[in-house]
Amino acid sequence: MTMSGGVAPPTFEEVQGGGLTGSDRPRRVGSGWGRRLLTVVAVCIYIYLFLPLLNIIVYTFNDPKGRYNLSWDGFTLANWADPFKDAELTSAFLRSLQVAGIAVLVALVMGSMVAIALSRYRFTGNKVTEVFLVLPLTTPEIVLGASLYQLFLGRNVVLGFSTVTIAHIMFLVSFVALTVKARVRGFDWTVEDAAMDLGASPTRTFWKITFPLILPGILAAALLSFALSMDDYIITDFTKGEFSTFPIQVNNQFRVSFPPQVNVLATIVLIVSVLLLVLTSVRGDRSSVTTR
Amino acid sequence: MARRATADDRGLRKSKWAPYGFLSPGIIWLVLFFLVPVGILLKASLSTKPSRFEEPVFDWNFSNFSTAFGDYGTEFVRSFVFAGIATLLAILIGYPLAYWIATRGGRWKNFLIGLVVVPFFTSYLIRTIAWTSILQDDGPVVALYRLLPWVGADGRILATPMAVIGGLTYNFMSFMILPIYVSLEKIDFRLTEAAADLGSTPWGAFRKVVFPLSLPGVFAGSLLVFIPAAGDYLNNRYLGSPQTSMIGTVVQNKFLVQFDYPQAAALSIVLMVIITAMVLVYSRFLGTEGLAV
Repeated sequence: MTMSGGVAPPTFEEVQGGGLTGSDRPRRVGSGWGRRLLTVVAVCIYIYLFLPLLNIIVYTFNDPKGRYNLSWDGFTLANWADPFKDAELTSAFLRSLQVAGIAVLVALVMGSMVAIALSRYRFTGNKVTEVFLVLPLTTPEIVLGASLYQLFLGRNVVLGFSTVTIAHIMFLVSFVALTVKARVRGFDWTVEDAAMDLGASPTRTFWKITFPLILPGILAAALLSFALSMDDYIITDFTKGEFSTFPIQVNNQFRVSFPPQVNVLATIVLIVSVLLLVLTSVRGDRSSVTTR
Repeated sequence: MARRATADDRGLRKSKWAPYGFLSPGIIWLVLFFLVPVGILLKASLSTKPSRFEEPVFDWNFSNFSTAFGDYGTEFVRSFVFAGIATLLAILIGYPLAYWIATRGGRWKNFLIGLVVVPFFTSYLIRTIAWTSILQDDGPVVALYRLLPWVGADGRILATPMAVIGGLTYNFMSFMILPIYVSLEKIDFRLTEAAADLGSTPWGAFRKVVFPLSLPGVFAGSLLVFIPAAGDYLNNRYLGSPQTSMIGTVVQNKFLVQFDYPQAAALSIVLMVIITAMVLVYSRFLGTEGLAV
């Protein structure tokens, strides 16, 4: 998510409803026809949000006459039969997965540590650190990209896989730290004392008590960070050199072609992400049922 | 909204070194790859590059900044106007959806708000290209558009400011919906019943009670849409034309095509300073917590 990466989307944990006030029953707000109108409007907005995605999915079945898969020329299943037909595109897709995989792992470790420090300890510099963490998210991506470009250029670092990964880790660290922090906010750290009073070592306490408790926050951050990394264009554009991720390759190729395989690969990512979303919200439903 | 670390955070540790140990890897990374590079960018903005192939020389060259305002004022103004309109549209479109999910979502809430994030999972570039397909000149959307009385038979949407603003609005919409949803979720809607008991109409209750309480979310969302929109160049590249070029277009072109680093750096710094000023004004009134999305 995109996010563009310069700015992170709102804390998924908050959004996913940890410690929220209201009941889960629909509230009766407003008059009957007003509520119905709002529902119609909401459905229209969902259609608007999903229109481009629908376009992407429908065009996986298109059989374009030219080299651009942008106008409808006829139905075919051939694109799905051969999703990896375009070798350049496929390898760029795999490179995107690699960058995202490494960047998300590193950012998760570093970001979660920052979140633990901020929520578990009282220390001088606490406030400054929080403001500092927000800055990368409120700086336009183009400035983040441009400044890294100048840094690497000035030190004669060859732009490529590692510089792109470094850049992605940078914007994800802040995002993970703030997301996990929102999750751990108000967390009762005395459970650690309880574990240690009962004879657990600090290491065992961390892995058996603390880690499982912050794990949902880390998982939500992981999912969104992965999307932000896969989604990113601008910061990657400045740190890529001759290297290319999936979006960069699509853009480079767009001057000569836009093959249906772009849509097929994008749709595969979409299907996997929606499945993950359904799985997590089903699990969320069950837990909210048992706690009520 | 801000919930400061207070005494009610149970079991908060006091330790001299441990917090810094936890902080250091992440913070060192941010210092090395965010703070230091911005400093280098600032230095570059005050340098002179004698020719395309020579190294820039640092010489307190402030003329890059006067050129930034003098020659690229139009692009700056256009970027901020486009981003401003996109932000307003995002509020108008995003607020009703966030409100509907928060008040009517019931047990599907998590799923419904999750759906808002789904577009993120296809690349932002590919979504933008999908819009070029939807809005193409011989497509159904443009056919309908041409029926409007003030649009001619050759009216088009692509390559107009409308398309660029539409793209910016769409691409950053989720950043608006999520914080508004979070702030609406915190509201105790029994307040509207109290308002009704006191003789308020449903609309009056919304306008005087619910909406003011959701403002932190609206403000956070506005920054999260405005910032990436103001620095964007992809929407203009695919949906716009040279007549709609934004400041991001100029910066990208100067850095990566013309290699005019000092001028490009000065333009980036100006953009950053204007936006940071806005963020500071924001956080002065509302704190940074709401942005900690």
